Amino acid sequence: MDGDRLDMSERGILAYGAYIPQRRLPRKVIADAMAWASPSLKAQGKGERAVRAWDEDSLTMAVEAARDCRLDGLDAPANLVLASTTLPFADRDNAAVIAEALHFDEHISTLDVSASQRAGTAALAGALQKDASSLLLAADCRDAKPASGLEMQTGHAAAALFIGNGGPLLARCIGQRSISRDLVDHYRAQGERFDYVLDDRWLRDEGFFKIIPETVRALLTDTGTEAAAIDHAIFPCPKRVAARLAKVLGLAETAPGDDLAANCGHTGAAHALLLFAQTLQQAKPGAKILLVGFGQGADAFLFETTPKLADYTPRLGVAGHLARRQEETSYLRYLAQQGSVNVDWGHRAEFDNRTAMTAFYRNRDSITGFAGGRCQECCTVQFPQTKICVNPDCQANDSQVAISLSGVRGEVKSFTEDWLAISTNPPLQYGNVELEGGGNIFMEFTDCEPGSLTVGAPVEMRFRIKDVDKRRRFTRYFWKAKTMQES
Amino acid sequence: MATGIKDKVAILGMGCTTFGERWDAGAEDLMQEAFAEALDDAGIERDQIDAGWLGVFYDEQSLGKSAIPLSMTLRLPNIPVTRVENLCATGSEAMRGAVYAVAAGACDIALALGVEKLKDTGYAGLPERTKGSFDDLWMPGYTAPGAFAQLASAYATRAGITMTDLKQAMAHVSWKSHQNGALNPKAHLRRPITIEQALNAPMVAKPLGLYDCCGVSDGAACAIVTTPEIARSLGKQDLVTVKAMQLAASNGVEAGHASWDGSYTMTTRKAAERAYAEAGIDNPRKELDLVEVHDCFSVTELILMEDLGLSAEGAAPKDILDGVYDRDGDMPCQVDGGLKCFGHPIGASGLRMAYEIYSQLLGRADQRQLDTPSLGLTHNLGGIPNRNIASIAVYGLAG
Repeated sequence: MDGDRLDMSERGILAYGAYIPQRRLPRKVIADAMAWASPSLKAQGKGERAVRAWDEDSLTMAVEAARDCRLDGLDAPANLVLASTTLPFADRDNAAVIAEALHFDEHISTLDVSASQRAGTAALAGALQKDASSLLLAADCRDAKPASGLEMQTGHAAAALFIGNGGPLLARCIGQRSISRDLVDHYRAQGERFDYVLDDRWLRDEGFFKIIPETVRALLTDTGTEAAAIDHAIFPCPKRVAARLAKVLGLAETAPGDDLAANCGHTGAAHALLLFAQTLQQAKPGAKILLVGFGQGADAFLFETTPKLADYTPRLGVAGHLARRQEETSYLRYLAQQGSVNVDWGHRAEFDNRTAMTAFYRNRDSITGFAGGRCQECCTVQFPQTKICVNPDCQANDSQVAISLSGVRGEVKSFTEDWLAISTNPPLQYGNVELEGGGNIFMEFTDCEPGSLTVGAPVEMRFRIKDVDKRRRFTRYFWKAKTMQES
Repeated sequence: MATGIKDKVAILGMGCTTFGERWDAGAEDLMQEAFAEALDDAGIERDQIDAGWLGVFYDEQSLGKSAIPLSMTLRLPNIPVTRVENLCATGSEAMRGAVYAVAAGACDIALALGVEKLKDTGYAGLPERTKGSFDDLWMPGYTAPGAFAQLASAYATRAGITMTDLKQAMAHVSWKSHQNGALNPKAHLRRPITIEQALNAPMVAKPLGLYDCCGVSDGAACAIVTTPEIARSLGKQDLVTVKAMQLAASNGVEAGHASWDGSYTMTTRKAAERAYAEAGIDNPRKELDLVEVHDCFSVTELILMEDLGLSAEGAAPKDILDGVYDRDGDMPCQVDGGLKCFGHPIGASGLRMAYEIYSQLLGRADQRQLDTPSLGLTHNLGGIPNRNIASIAVYGLAG
């Protein structure tokens, strides 16, 4: 194996980003609701976990993590990889949807990587071994049975890494090692919603404490690195396990950082990369970062940050997303929105919203990419792009060029909270939004508490689930307006 | 403008069913009921009708497509029949077809019939239907109350009034229509309400509560039209003629351009301007004796008072609270209860409005009869504030 190692010293991280949904479920809410069934939950009722909104999934979260990256000055990636164990589609390239949502040129290679908690780091290893650049997105939103340990421990989030060698690296990869070993501490069979979880002490002793040290030691040997020289160590494991691993490996006691257990939860295939994004946001130039992914083996990476790191900040990053917080106070609402409670949504919800796939294909630039038109005569930005300009004082023919509206801001012109409309998060909130550049769109508002909308409020655009065809299990995506919290 | 339609067409007879939850009747029964009254009023034989227009919105809900159900149900003598549909302005569209056919000289006597059988859905509110294969992909899953509720936040912003004050005026609109509906034996909702009930009703789509929303009803309404000459030759003394009939449709500006502020219906303003010109009305507030407008929601009626030029810009809430539009006010609006209480069987509503104006002008409105009105307006709106059709007609006594 040793002879095949690639020199990756000139490859590394060009940008990073993160996304954590703003809805947070305090674990005490779970404990209060379910301790009758499992009294031991009471002791776990501390902190909170991130929960996807009803209109989010791994795909939409990955899009937002990508949008959290600052890619200014970088060429578009040659590869787009999505790592997740909770891909919305088992057979439809989820990464291809993301590439269109991000408005990438279609001459891009897209790939979904799945089936292990290690999917994120496995995809990172793959990206580092490629010559061309990759945007790697890792996202997970695992469902967990009510009152289960996973319900307490997991969270939903996404991370993004831009990997390449064509620009100023924020962190160089010094080395990488993997071990593949089929230890079944938990699994989820194809088509199943929930994990089947085995004894966590066995996972700790035979998994974490054996596989991770073996992998890391090999990496340290490969790279001739002293354990004590590691500044940051990322283990996607419980805090006590990480502390013990640091000790066993001879790392500094301070090397393991915040594992986000307190305010986000373990985010599955995204977790190692989410912690990496957090670490990069905190690390100083010249820092050595040990990154470990775990699941049926382990991936270990050694990175060294560069002086360029100080010049980079993601739009919000982990810290910024954690600061945007909306507390979920109802355990039942959380369950209903994860699909665990069969709520009577009324006769209207029987509506058959089958998608005309041919119409979707023709219009996917508008729908997935949120392409509108910008009139070259009067500069009016409009949606959808049409043959004749919408400006009544212009109405020029064939004057519009496509423009992505995903980054365009707007202002609430009118709104309602509709209790009659079909929604799993009533009231459905929507209204007219005036676009920067003179257009208007009638659109849905998202991540919006009833009572918070006002006319004139500034909004920005978010890629979200529009609706789900329950009969055919087809998820439709479109863009929604979210009020900007900064203002 | 072309010469216009003024006084070229007279109403020979009209009919209207009782609106409401007509569990007893299918669409065919409702059509027969309205037609029988109209035919009797017209004093002609069925076979004297030369052409027919059928207005029905949810074809998939009751009758199916085409105007064949009209011909079959009424056993019309194989005359030309046409189904028309223009959202909630469908009834007015049927009337427009018949009126224009007579005015064009294409036929002597024409029939317009609008019908809707909504209560076979088995649930409250309007049926949920596709918006079209492209629009389904991006438009919010709006409902009618939610789409019209938009007017409230935008109007309050433009007029500079609080939502509380706006709600008060909206409550008065609904209170007034319930008062009026109580006097109408054919109305769906005949129980008066208090202002407090309107204000405190459960929220449907903020700020529209239950009493801000019109009824979802079954019903049919029918008109038989001809030329004034033929009407006189058939022995009609008092004639109600069409003074104007104008329609304006959105072209996408409201839905797609910032120049529209969301607080009014652009189409109503355009159609009203054309209708007043066609009818020769200079001052609508002074010259019109009553109006029947598209009060699908209380806030719609409120903003329409300004769109129709009856209230000055920003003055509608005050005029409403001052009782201008009450039955004993300066400009009675919805004396039959309106969509709010007479009910809103979509395909029939435009014709129902005409039926009330016709009845009032001929002094046949019984308990709710106004004092010698001679000119009335109907305003029928199809769609939602940012994409719609406004259909306006003016009816008056022939000089």
